[in-house]
Amino acid sequence: MSFRQTHLLGIEPLQTTEITTLLDLADRYADDNRRGRTQRNELAGLTMINMFFENSTRTQASFEIAGRRMGADVMSMAMQASSIRKGETLIDTAMTLNAMRPDILVVRHPHSGAVDLLAQKVNCAVLNAGDGRHEHPTQALLDALTIRRAKGRLHRLSIAICGDIAHSRVARSNIMLLGKMENRIRLIAPPTLMPSGVQDLGCEVFDDMERGLQDVDVVMMLRLQKERMDGGFIPSEREYYHRYGLDAQKLAFAKEDAIVMHPGPMNRGVEIDGTIADDINRSVIQTQVEMGVAVRMAALDLLARNLRAARGAAALEANGGVMA
Amino acid sequence: MTTTIFANARLVDPEAADVAEGHLIVVDGRIAGISDKMPDITSGADVIDCAGYHLAPGIVDIGVKVSEPGERHKESFSSAGRAAAAGGVTTIVTRPDTLPAIDTPEVLEFVARRATEDCAVNVLPIAALTKGREGREMTEIGFLRDAGAVAFSDCDNVITDTKIASRAFTYARSLDALVICHVQEPGLSGGAAVTSGKFASLKGLPGVSPMAERMALDRDIALIEMTGVRYHADQITTARALPALERAKRNGLDITAGVSIHHLTLNELDVAEYRTFFKLKPPLRAEEDRQAVVDAVATGLIDIISSMHTPQDEESKRLPFEEAASGAVALETLLPAALRLYHNGGVELTTLFRAMTLNPARRLGLDCGSLREGAPADLVLFDPNAPFVLDRATLKSKSRNTPFDGARMQGKVIGTWRAGKRIYDGRTDA
Repeated sequence: MSFRQTHLLGIEPLQTTEITTLLDLADRYADDNRRGRTQRNELAGLTMINMFFENSTRTQASFEIAGRRMGADVMSMAMQASSIRKGETLIDTAMTLNAMRPDILVVRHPHSGAVDLLAQKVNCAVLNAGDGRHEHPTQALLDALTIRRAKGRLHRLSIAICGDIAHSRVARSNIMLLGKMENRIRLIAPPTLMPSGVQDLGCEVFDDMERGLQDVDVVMMLRLQKERMDGGFIPSEREYYHRYGLDAQKLAFAKEDAIVMHPGPMNRGVEIDGTIADDINRSVIQTQVEMGVAVRMAALDLLARNLRAARGAAALEANGGVMA
Repeated sequence: MTTTIFANARLVDPEAADVAEGHLIVVDGRIAGISDKMPDITSGADVIDCAGYHLAPGIVDIGVKVSEPGERHKESFSSAGRAAAAGGVTTIVTRPDTLPAIDTPEVLEFVARRATEDCAVNVLPIAALTKGREGREMTEIGFLRDAGAVAFSDCDNVITDTKIASRAFTYARSLDALVICHVQEPGLSGGAAVTSGKFASLKGLPGVSPMAERMALDRDIALIEMTGVRYHADQITTARALPALERAKRNGLDITAGVSIHHLTLNELDVAEYRTFFKLKPPLRAEEDRQAVVDAVATGLIDIISSMHTPQDEESKRLPFEEAASGAVALETLLPAALRLYHNGGVELTTLFRAMTLNPARRLGLDCGSLREGAPADLVLFDPNAPFVLDRATLKSKSRNTPFDGARMQGKVIGTWRAGKRIYDGRTDA
């Protein structure tokens, strides 16, 4: 099996073969889920804790369902309301939880790099559910699976990522993943929401939707993260919608069979027109949510296998090389 | 009368821009002369055999943070003195960004007393330019100067209100006081953790454009022209600020500029996986900027190299990158890190020492920093070639937030003398 990671902290450290392994497994789980075969036991006996230091309903629910379907004992902690408010540092929180001997930690944190930091301090598998503006690996993987199922392949596609790229970890993870799989990536955003230096990452950069969407196979819209704005990135929501909101007129510049994606939650009438989001011939937004559970099941499964293997090896060593 | 002869040394004379073999004679703590031939040993003269190693003026380090008052657990005068001596630094010019800020003669007197009691090296304090370093009202610049402040600075707080800055500069000018400023346009740099660009985008960290430095420098240059103040920019770290600096100097403004040793030897990529010991203010820059700044040191456009020694405890660094405190300790690594530039062929040894001794001393009106007759015998004896791997556990600073942990370095201090008295012996130091 070619998946060697102890943690899933981002797309950046993954090999393409690891990505493919994970997607292949997720593909099977997606089919099983559709057939109603949702009770599995790969994670039986393992404790999985969701630690969300930032609000989330969808991702947290998706991880919970994935964990339960795999047979893990799942617990979710609302970290915003807890000890962090009392001044405990991230590391202390991590050490405390670590002492309770969980097997898998699923962590979301508002600061880039915070999940990496936490992973250094615990001895269980850590899964990044989003850290600041840095990475959100399972989102990129579920997007990749959705594209692969819709387009039949995950290479040599022309893919546009549009919207608030500067504040988006989804965009970063997708740029990494789609780049590794040798796709053509076009970034479209007003210059105030475009991070600097991205053209050096092998992306084409546009500030105009019509030129940017020319002949693309996939249109990925991003949420305009109002809560992240320091203020003043765009003049107004309505001007943003006029120039960057995805409507039928702009979508017409993409290929006829181009699919439309959105990581959710959507701001209808801000970054995407409601009728396009609901168009079953174009929008794969519901499929993304469905693939999210499958991809997270696969990620948990692979991490748990590596965790059990590592613990088995350690136990064997402690036992002087003799099987207990 | 006590005489000491530093025999068989390679004398690094920043004034002569020359490294020559010779013997240095010290009488009563002051340099009495240099001789090609071993002088006749008069009765009672001590002879220190330098065994062909390099003997240079002790380093004068502008901008050292000693965390007294307020955070003595991070660095005290005693620990800073030991660290400085071990690093060949004989004069530390201390920053006022303490808790509380050094902004009244009373606090300054406390600092002066602690320094004399506890510190192995010379301590010259910088006082705050505005009360509480808040940029609203100027401090008692006259009283503070009389109490021993050698310069005035709000450190990394930039005075945003230009009217207040212009008044403080004008008042300082009337007392001929040196003002030291941090050049970062605060509107642009607010909230930034790294320099903007590909690396910042990749890591998802908030970045500041290198242009923020140029903007602040441009404003200050206009204020210098307007007020005639004696001005020193604490750290110039970007290529784009250099032409402005050069123009200001050419126009005869009383301006000098410094740079931290870290910005000369590291770049933004060293942050790598969110390593908070590399979080500095201003943030580390792109490699092109680093090279441009090294060239500016080589040509003398940038006058002064400092450690910008900033002790931080583990608690303030073991945080997500954006939340972690800025700054690094550097008193003990300043010399070997600076020698990297010499070993790489980028900067002459005497040029390096001019930027670490003579130039800062002259800027502050001190008589140290040279091997001239009559100068205090503040000296460092070092082997520029001795290799070692830095282990931060061996640092004498109370805080060990160095970015050079585990780094291969070249250049070891063999001994340090202050006014002819040995304050550090590298041969007995484990």
